[in-house]
Amino acid sequence: MYEVEYQQARSVADAATLLAKTGGKALAGGQSLIAAMKLRLAQPGTLVDLSGIAELQGIRREGDAIVIGAMTRHADIASSAEVKRAVPALAALAEGIGDRQVRNMGTIGGSIANNDPAADWPAALVALGATVVTGKRRIVAGDFFKGMYETALADDEIITAVSFPVPKKAAYAKFPNPASRFALVGVFVAQLPDGSVRVAVTGAAPAVFRASGIEAALARSFTAEAARAVAVDASRLNADLHASAAYRAHLVSVMASRAVAACG
Amino acid sequence: MSIPIAMTVNGKAVAADIDPRTLLVDFLRTNLGLTGTHVGCDTAQCGACTVHMNGRAIKACNVLALQAQGATILTIEGLAPDGTMHPMQAAFKDCHGLQCGFCTPGMVMSALDLVNRHPQADEATIREQLEGNLCRCTGYHNIVKAVQQGAAAMAK
Amino acid sequence: MGANETGIIGQSVKRKEDARFLTGAGQYTDDVTLQNQTHAYFLRSPHAHAKIRAIDTSKARAAPGVIAVYTGADLEGVNGLPCGWLITSVDGTPMNEPPHPVLAKGKVRYVGDHVAMVVAETRSQAKDAAELIEVDYDVLPAVVNPVDALKPGAPQIHDEAPGNRCYTWSLGDKAAVDAAFAKAAHVTRLDLVNNRLIPNAIEPRAAVASYNRAEDAYTLYVTSQNPHVERLLMTAFVLGLPEHKVRVIAPDVGGGFGSKIYLYAEETAMVWASKRVNRPIKWAAERSESFVSDAHGRDHVTHAELALDKDGKFLAMRVQTTAAMGAYLSTFASCIPTILYATLLAGQYTTPAIHCEVTAAFTNTAPVDAYRGAGRPEATYVVERIVREAGVETGIAQDEIRRRNFIRSFPYQTPVALMYDIGDYDQTLAGATELADVKGFAARKAEAAKRGKLRGLGYASYIEACGLAPSNVAGALGARAGLFEAGQVRVHPTGSVTVFTGSHSHGQGHETTFAQIVAGRLGIPVDNVDIVHGDTGRVLFGMGTYGSRSLAVGGTAIVKALDKVVAKGKKIAAHLLEAAEADIEFEDGKFTVAGTDRSKTFAEIALTAYVPHNYPLDKLEPGLDETAFYDPTNFTYPAGTHICEVEVDPDTGVVQVVNFSACDDFGNIINPMIVEGQVHGGLAQGIGQALLENCVYDADSGQLLTGSYMDYAMPRADDLPSFKVTTRVTPCTHNPLGAKGCGEAGAIGSPAALMNAVLDALAPLGVRHLDMPASPHRVWQAIQSAKAAA
Repeated sequence: MYEVEYQQARSVADAATLLAKTGGKALAGGQSLIAAMKLRLAQPGTLVDLSGIAELQGIRREGDAIVIGAMTRHADIASSAEVKRAVPALAALAEGIGDRQVRNMGTIGGSIANNDPAADWPAALVALGATVVTGKRRIVAGDFFKGMYETALADDEIITAVSFPVPKKAAYAKFPNPASRFALVGVFVAQLPDGSVRVAVTGAAPAVFRASGIEAALARSFTAEAARAVAVDASRLNADLHASAAYRAHLVSVMASRAVAACG
Repeated sequence: MSIPIAMTVNGKAVAADIDPRTLLVDFLRTNLGLTGTHVGCDTAQCGACTVHMNGRAIKACNVLALQAQGATILTIEGLAPDGTMHPMQAAFKDCHGLQCGFCTPGMVMSALDLVNRHPQADEATIREQLEGNLCRCTGYHNIVKAVQQGAAAMAK
Repeated sequence: MGANETGIIGQSVKRKEDARFLTGAGQYTDDVTLQNQTHAYFLRSPHAHAKIRAIDTSKARAAPGVIAVYTGADLEGVNGLPCGWLITSVDGTPMNEPPHPVLAKGKVRYVGDHVAMVVAETRSQAKDAAELIEVDYDVLPAVVNPVDALKPGAPQIHDEAPGNRCYTWSLGDKAAVDAAFAKAAHVTRLDLVNNRLIPNAIEPRAAVASYNRAEDAYTLYVTSQNPHVERLLMTAFVLGLPEHKVRVIAPDVGGGFGSKIYLYAEETAMVWASKRVNRPIKWAAERSESFVSDAHGRDHVTHAELALDKDGKFLAMRVQTTAAMGAYLSTFASCIPTILYATLLAGQYTTPAIHCEVTAAFTNTAPVDAYRGAGRPEATYVVERIVREAGVETGIAQDEIRRRNFIRSFPYQTPVALMYDIGDYDQTLAGATELADVKGFAARKAEAAKRGKLRGLGYASYIEACGLAPSNVAGALGARAGLFEAGQVRVHPTGSVTVFTGSHSHGQGHETTFAQIVAGRLGIPVDNVDIVHGDTGRVLFGMGTYGSRSLAVGGTAIVKALDKVVAKGKKIAAHLLEAAEADIEFEDGKFTVAGTDRSKTFAEIALTAYVPHNYPLDKLEPGLDETAFYDPTNFTYPAGTHICEVEVDPDTGVVQVVNFSACDDFGNIINPMIVEGQVHGGLAQGIGQALLENCVYDADSGQLLTGSYMDYAMPRADDLPSFKVTTRVTPCTHNPLGAKGCGEAGAIGSPAALMNAVLDALAPLGVRHLDMPASPHRVWQAIQSAKAAA
């Protein structure tokens, strides 16, 4: 790790000021950031630690939405009775992130700000039509995730919470990379209160995307078979050591069908 | 730049001035001489560095010491302060759940967290929940047995 | 063997070493902190192949905390790292042995090759400074695949190895093989790749080197499986230091699996530099460094042919293998794909004629050397894959084709140089069949089919040659070292015992197993026996631990030393009991005059030896401390059958190992609990090879693509089933313990068993071939290809 300065933020406003002043980077759970810094792949001059900001913690129900504070740990989301009751798919997704030790440190805010192309949360946000709340504004998920490791966040903008509308049904099916256990392909399927269906895919492309063909098929018939029958275009999908684009395309429909089956 | 840090490690208050880039695992191993917590990888996957922070298993190689400011840390050295092995340690010995011993402290600390969260875990759950800990010696067979036996002993 | 007086032999005694490991009190190399120590960091090549035009270290030298920076040019008078085994080519020429510089000289030959060493006050400062070293590289084309490396026009890696050839070596009677093929009723042909693996002991390599001016002596703590060999090679061949002035300590070592046998550049450079900086130097590899710089394993490309008669009897086998050596010859690299590979190609079968030709190639990759099993898994994989294929092609059931060809008469001279002393292959096949519930397989397969899943069953009946090795035989085959072992039994005046062994334990539990041997023989409690290993300053000599040799060779050396202790004890007892020495019997810790109740305890004899007031001083020296060296007369031949059952999800290509059964014959067993643990670990590594692990270098750039756990798939707990293991016993005929060795068997039999199971599962879909690992992607692709071809 290169040399780095460290600041503890007291409030969201304080964090924004510190980030603006130092040009530094916000430190949430650090499960991706510290790892990248150790490998000298990231070199922030200053870390602004958000862990002391009380207002970023916690899970609450707000009308038809579940609102999760940005610094809420994956493990706490996974075990939250509130989340399990309202959107069990979110709890299940959280339980499948990284490993237990990582879930005990990593946060939802840190994960979505990082926008790793194989992270799980972006699929949930996009499929559920969630809203990312920051110190400055509210951003709908579809506008939040830009490209690989890219988001709509400004340098001094801090995520405070994510608001998930409660769907009729939802489920997430992940096919893990055999080595990293990140999503080789992860598909989040949601049937929204208005009956529309959204299918968001992570791991398969440079950034999370909606599988419109599968959405259309599921709008006609919300069945595993309908999802499975869709041939997904492989041309824009990732190809690497672990999976060709064709294999990823195939897995998108298989995982979508399994997610639909899990929706019950 | 060095920053003052204070925390409680294995029941004792400790304090030091540290370089901000000091990882928790280096603080434990180098500053405190608690070398039972090991470093087996640099991508936070092997789990040899697992300790408990405020009652939860974390990977000490992937956390800055400063992130543990004011925290309560438990390492393998603090598990059996009076010299009698913790039931989980005893179960690992009894089931031959260790060979070279290098992953063992992290494995035991992870196993304890596992049992805290899943007291009734069956074999499949234990295997799944050990995802964050690599062992190259045992093939996990006896580790799984040890966790089951340790969990049963802890329930008594 | 008369060694079980207290019945402790054969008991699952809980391990003596566990207390320290379980409480964080283990002392691994990275736990060693010496006063005033400095830290080293090694700048490694980012290129697979490049000329070094110039290195400018001036900025690094001026960086904060830097004490010294060394490059290859600084290591005047330091020789290259040696290879311990000379292989002679078929044309009679010795293998090409290019220099293996400790720090690169003029050229780098793989990503991770050592370019410079920075010594600084802290680890971070050393690493920061290394980034300031400016290396002017002239990047050259690279070749990473051994077959490609041998093609005309391939990038030339060493001037000393034209065409990148290290050697072309062969074993067996080619004419006899050709004649047998000419009359064969059936010939099965197979092309196989044995995938390159990265050992990945969870403890990364580490070292702490220090120099003592008062004694003009060095101490090296290092993660080694054989500290004496490390010292011998380092002092005599590389640094030219007096051997007695270097103490090598391998303290607790966190797994080896072969990767810590070798003399590496890092610790060699550190010992050299410790005198120059006159302060201790510490280094611990980051895992990323381990990936690029530990010696890798396997990496074979093989064509094999098996000739059968009309009844399915094997007539002959023909094998051509290309083996990667990597960029340089590691310590034992050359003997792995030859002496430890081709000699095992008879397997458990009576195949009368076998010929194997091996060409070893240099590649722009990390060196390749022994990894758990070392040559024997590769041999078993060839034999057991082709036997399966032959069974499928001839319509003979998998168990039956094996049974038709089993060796049943011992000793048995194979056509590939080995003399099997004993075995019972029917017994282990039957044991595995029962364990695997082969009878119930059809029903399980049908049940799985209802769920859309494909089940398959795979067999592997393996043999290995362990207990390395008869020194004279090894010497005739090119070994440049002896392969005996040393043991010393020091009885203390009160009757407790310290044993000094040249074997090294890095997970194998020697502190318990060896203590059992001593306790059993001397009739004393296990707790009264301590085992000392891994320190050239305390143990007189040793060849270390690898090749499943510790019990069969190291344990036997201890038994021989115990024989001497007992013999001397009888003399002392005869004196004290005023009896003839021939009338003294030793049993249950007591020396007794035969046929009487007159006796002396072992402790009394020990005390007398050290307090010789009533002692035959005219005939006998005082003291009770005996040493023995043991050089085996033959290899040992553990063997067994592994049966793997898999379930394949044809939708995703995911292979799940639902059942793995192993029935092994390791000869006599001292501690069944430890033996089972060794089997489990070996199985996990073999299943890892077949299912998950694959070291991949980019074919163009030579970059390691699987350089972390993000891309190199290590077996985790939920990748593996609970194993079913059992043993059968035919005691080894040529060592007093009757032991054969158990450390590698799991890794040897399992890859073929697993792949045979996957192929069995996929057979209905028309899949005929698959290379390891059977990753979901590969399995899915194989299914798609078969569908397209149908």
